[in-house]
Amino acid sequence: MAAKDGSKMSAAAIAAEKVDGFTRKSVRKAQQRQRRSLSSSQGSSQFRTHGAVPVDLSLSPLPQLMPECVNQQELFTQKLQQCCVLFDFFDSVTDLKSKEVKRATLNELVDYVSTNRGVLVEAAYPDITNMIITNIFRTLPPSDNPDFDPEEDEPTLEASWPHMQLVYEFLLRFLENPDFQPSIAKRYIDQRFVLQLLELFDTEDPRERDFLKTILHRIYGKFLGLRAFIRKQINNIFLRFIYESEHFNGVAELLEILGSIINGFALPLKAEHKQFLMKVLLPLHTAKALVLFHAQLAYCIVQFLEKDPTLTEPVIRGLLKFWPKTCSQKEVMFLGEMEEILDVIEPTQFKKIQEPLFKQISKCVTNPHFQVAERALYLWNNEYILSLIEENIDKILPLMFGSLYRISKEHWNPTIVALVYNVLKTLMEMNGSLFDDLTASYKNDRQRCGTPSRLNNPYPHTLSS
Amino acid sequence: TLTLRTQRHSTTLTKMAGADGDDSLYPIAVLIDELRNEDVQLRLNSIKKLSTIALALGVERTRTELLPFLTDTIYDEDEVLLALAEQLGNFTMLVGGPEYVHCLLPPLESLATVEETVVRDKAVESLRKISQEHSPVDLEVHFEPLVKRLASGDWFTSRTSACGLFSVCYPRVSSTVKAEIRQHFRTLCSDDTPMVRRAAASKLGEFAKVLELDYVKSDIISLFTALASDEQDSVRLLAVEACVSIATLLPQEDLETLVMPTLRQAAEDKSWRVRYMVADKFSELQKAVGPEITKNDLVPAFQNLLKDCEAEVRAAAANKVKEFCENLPEDNREQIIMTHILPCVKELVSDTNQHVKSALASVIMGLSTILGKDNTIEHLLPLFLAQLKDECPEVRLNIISNLDCVNEVIGIRQLSQSLLPAIVELAEDAKWRVRLAIIEYMPLLAGQLGVEFFDEKLNTLCMAWLIDHVYAIREAATCNLMKLVEKFGADWAQNTIVPKVLGMANDPNYLHRMTTLFCINALSDVCGRDITTKQMLPVVLKMSEDQVANVRFNVAKSLQKIGPVLEKITLQNQVKPVLDKLATDKDMDVKYFAHEALSGECLPYEYS
Repeated sequence: MAAKDGSKMSAAAIAAEKVDGFTRKSVRKAQQRQRRSLSSSQGSSQFRTHGAVPVDLSLSPLPQLMPECVNQQELFTQKLQQCCVLFDFFDSVTDLKSKEVKRATLNELVDYVSTNRGVLVEAAYPDITNMIITNIFRTLPPSDNPDFDPEEDEPTLEASWPHMQLVYEFLLRFLENPDFQPSIAKRYIDQRFVLQLLELFDTEDPRERDFLKTILHRIYGKFLGLRAFIRKQINNIFLRFIYESEHFNGVAELLEILGSIINGFALPLKAEHKQFLMKVLLPLHTAKALVLFHAQLAYCIVQFLEKDPTLTEPVIRGLLKFWPKTCSQKEVMFLGEMEEILDVIEPTQFKKIQEPLFKQISKCVTNPHFQVAERALYLWNNEYILSLIEENIDKILPLMFGSLYRISKEHWNPTIVALVYNVLKTLMEMNGSLFDDLTASYKNDRQRCGTPSRLNNPYPHTLSS
Repeated sequence: TLTLRTQRHSTTLTKMAGADGDDSLYPIAVLIDELRNEDVQLRLNSIKKLSTIALALGVERTRTELLPFLTDTIYDEDEVLLALAEQLGNFTMLVGGPEYVHCLLPPLESLATVEETVVRDKAVESLRKISQEHSPVDLEVHFEPLVKRLASGDWFTSRTSACGLFSVCYPRVSSTVKAEIRQHFRTLCSDDTPMVRRAAASKLGEFAKVLELDYVKSDIISLFTALASDEQDSVRLLAVEACVSIATLLPQEDLETLVMPTLRQAAEDKSWRVRYMVADKFSELQKAVGPEITKNDLVPAFQNLLKDCEAEVRAAAANKVKEFCENLPEDNREQIIMTHILPCVKELVSDTNQHVKSALASVIMGLSTILGKDNTIEHLLPLFLAQLKDECPEVRLNIISNLDCVNEVIGIRQLSQSLLPAIVELAEDAKWRVRLAIIEYMPLLAGQLGVEFFDEKLNTLCMAWLIDHVYAIREAATCNLMKLVEKFGADWAQNTIVPKVLGMANDPNYLHRMTTLFCINALSDVCGRDITTKQMLPVVLKMSEDQVANVRFNVAKSLQKIGPVLEKITLQNQVKPVLDKLATDKDMDVKYFAHEALSGECLPYEYS
């Protein structure tokens, strides 16, 4: 019986708030965003220096840089210093001319360091790094949206991006310049520099994180002395993310860098690296926001196992320990990762973990959430996994049989039932006599327990025919 | 017989229970068996009954068999470990009293090193608890070495745990051991990993409290200064918390040189998180440093925080405005507020961020008691009025919900002209939670504004909520009516609201007709027998013929509800026949509730 609405709410208000009083999250958030004044979803804490005294920010253009002319070095320095002036991008009216001057200058500087040889003389390094530090290193502003959901919400973008982008571009070109000398630069690009760079990975602005990723990768490549430090600090960021704050926007980017770093680890793996795998990468799977970086994380794990197959057993046991108990979406991701691992597993390693692993998979195929069951059953589409199962059918079939047989009769979703039939058929072909034995004893058990018990049916609402 | 096997070595440890075929131990045997069951839930249940097991085993076997077994199960699920860590904190008597309490240290030590923070924290909590039960000798022989091992552990987890244990053993050990403990704490304050430094920083205040004053001055201050200028803002902000404890410990004359430079620096830190922390702890800091420093240093610092560039910091500071002003030294409190604080507050009223305005609105009314009648009328009233007209409903709501503060000083009438439009607007807000909130303040407003003002301006609103399209609002509106009648009396009810409520019984919308019944349920008690019998009951009885089943079974419920207010004779002659008829209704729910009412406890025996 539909209740007629007799209230005097305006039509607009009713449209915004449905009869049940609950609006969809996205609608609600969009409204909040609108209400967060019209300042747009941009944030920055760059220019708001504390207790700043108003200073003259006006910039006047300097002559064009020409590499062949004399005094260019001095002009280069002047331009770098000019670019240390910071502007308020929330205020779109003031300093327009000076902002344009800085933008043009930055563009020119980017060109200058990327197309010319011989411009990176030792004396320029302090000014270059100083300009970079002044422009990009800052405490990130508080998030506009305290319950920021990276999957659904628009990120807050950095307001001063028109300048900042060019500074990042400049830093990248500087690092990539053929004349770049790490031995000189290490005086400026030091641990403190790296630490501040790493803190910026928490920015909500994906454009900025993308630059940071490439830049950190370059620094890792060029500064051998900083490598261990960078790894340690990334460790700390992850551990804080896992055990303290559950909040860091740049986990995926950092993992992506690590993915390529792991690739280059020397064998045998150092204890430090193994510890990183077991005590940092595996616990990262417990994060609520796993979906945001799972692809990168799984890649890192597989990289490790390809390097050193003896790590397979502890890794799989670790994943089984952290196996999601209530979140189906995560469970599907775990199954995906497990398939990636099984793709590269050595048969001897497989034997070591098959029992706990297939106990878990057997639970997954009976999951009432059809996506979980489906993902688990898809493992049987993988030729290599199939060959491993066949090799160990005596061990695996008894673990799987009960669940598969029951689900083939009882799962509510027809797709799952069809998949189960195929899997059962495959297993039967692998060892027919064992299959028959198991069928017989299964039926025996059920008869002994009387008619199929409702208690054993995980889907009490399913109407069995 | 049952045996305990550990995961590490499956040799039989002992036959712990049921070995002699003693039936009385059988339940215990089951519990022990479940400690190693595959099902986590069963293990968990068993761990939660650990004290029962220990009691049955006796102190000696608990010490020699159960504890070693538990120490070996430390590789279990975090949930089980958490329960175990908690249990062991209460185990002293079960292992034989304080003399043997050190037996509990090995399992707790392992638990204090696990990764999962909740488990570790619980283990530390239990260790702190049982440290008190150690004799001074045992503390040095058993407990302090454990703290040292944790403090020099390889992985950060054990070092973070150590941070929480220094302060509990320090006061009760010899001076040599004390020196060692101080050294360990110092080391952890400059640990390599920020996690440990954060743990140390968060325990700095607590540790300072148990130290001798000389060491506070020599050791703690340098650690405090170092942590407060750590490269990570997450460490620096924790030093702010410690600042409160440290400042409380030091004599006034030392504060300026030992604490203030660091505090000033924190108030102007480049990270907004640190400034936020200063704002958040401002009242505590103010009390800790005393009136002189407050006047000279904290007032300007507070002004800066109120004008901070980050809204988060401004909001935290705005929250503290009232408390800060209250705690200012009385001799020149008014002058400081009027010349230094009020100008900032005025600016915050038109802040660009709604959280800041709303934080301010939740405390600003409190200033009126501090500043007195004249200042309130001249300076604060315009601000209240501005906030009452704010575009953000939360701001208006916060003002309205604190009206009682102003009422004491200048009376609410001063505000009524602006109050009304604000209330009306909130009453019609698109968010039902806002509407719900304003309804809750209606009885208060009604009491303060008086019956005339209410009838004239607010009554219509209260009736309109009864037909709101959200059930929660209709329900709250019903309850509101009851409270109003409690305030204004049954006569007022009879003249103003009862007719309107009863009129809704003929509404074409069945939800509104049901609202009539809900109102009657709420009002019958406060309106009394006369009104209930003469005016309400006939309407209820007539509604028993409603075509909508939901209305009919609510009639049955209402009759049950108002039964106690009615006379026996009325029940017998009027109510019972109707219920009897409903008991034969074609709808099963109606039948059910009619039977419920007929056999209801609150009805007299004649019913059944």
